[in-house]
Amino acid sequence: MSEVKQIIKVGIADLKITETPDSLRTAGLGSCVGVVLYDASSSLAGMAHIMLPDSRMARGRELNLAKYADTALKELLSRLMGQGASSINIRAKIAGGAQMFKFTNPSDSMRIGPRNIEAVKLELERLRVPLIAEDTGGNSGRTIEFDTGSWLLNVRTVNKGSIDL
Amino acid sequence: MEFYDRITAFHLDILREIGNIGAGNAATALSKLLNKKIDMKVPDVSLVSFDEMMDMAGGAENVVVSIFFRLEGEVPGSMFFLLPLEQADRFIYQLTGEEGAAPVRYSEIAESALRELGNIMAGSYLSALSDFTSLCLYPSVPYMSIDMAGAVISPGLIETSQVSDFAIVINTELVEDEMTPGTRINGCFFLVPDPGSFQAIFHSLGVYQSE
Repeated sequence: MSEVKQIIKVGIADLKITETPDSLRTAGLGSCVGVVLYDASSSLAGMAHIMLPDSRMARGRELNLAKYADTALKELLSRLMGQGASSINIRAKIAGGAQMFKFTNPSDSMRIGPRNIEAVKLELERLRVPLIAEDTGGNSGRTIEFDTGSWLLNVRTVNKGSIDL
Repeated sequence: MEFYDRITAFHLDILREIGNIGAGNAATALSKLLNKKIDMKVPDVSLVSFDEMMDMAGGAENVVVSIFFRLEGEVPGSMFFLLPLEQADRFIYQLTGEEGAAPVRYSEIAESALRELGNIMAGSYLSALSDFTSLCLYPSVPYMSIDMAGAVISPGLIETSQVSDFAIVINTELVEDEMTPGTRINGCFFLVPDPGSFQAIFHSLGVYQSE
């Protein structure tokens, strides 16, 4: 366990795990969804910055597991378990999935925020991970930081201040 | 990354020229609109990760005015006209006489002025691009959002992100009279063609990618 508390930055389409006392942080979530999985009893937490709902959308040669809701959650869970987390103690908190632009034309098929939220929730159900708290939807960008001491997820927006979940 | 393997320095030069022509036209339009000298910087064309792209916009958390256009036609892609908040305030004042309100909360008339400004700028950029390449481009109506750069840019990366973790960004900055030191950046364009669009751009100019 590290002595000094560090803030671990999670990029776009990225995932990281860490242990107490570090924090996990990702900035500028729009339609993307930030997912935190944590096991307080073993002092472990992980965060993913998910861009797209389904890995079947991938057309590239290499699959970035952190980019898609289905693969990112499985990967996060298996890495936490690999570090000694126990599946029955793992909980989830999520934020993001906003609709940043008011699209007038439905064929713009840009409902990606709501689709990301649905996909994350579906995958959590499949993996039997209880969703403890969420701040999703709306039309504001969010920056989130997860504290591994209090196990609270701080969500900050430009217009609506910050809340702890 | 693999998708962009066949893009060479020569291809990037062509894209830079597209940025040059497009933004040059937009600078002229803005200059006429404000009756002021507007210059543009040499376009920057780069293959960047999504995180790096947010850094180009001042960081994922930097609050910007973003006017977004989805492009359809022969070159599908995303186009952003990004403005720093202070600059947006100045534009609103110049166009409507309204003093910049509390940041991120503009009046209806101010929002509409900004959206129209974006429309004129992107329209002149894209019509130059279309004339140069003889390709048809159909921009959507302008969508505006004032929020963190990361949040407002990522929706334009949906197509690209299904293929790659990187995007080719044609970035052009407009400045007020570059000769004066300490001039402020007026705004910048990010043109992000969808991965399938590069072929069309290069072919239209008689350039073929080697297999």
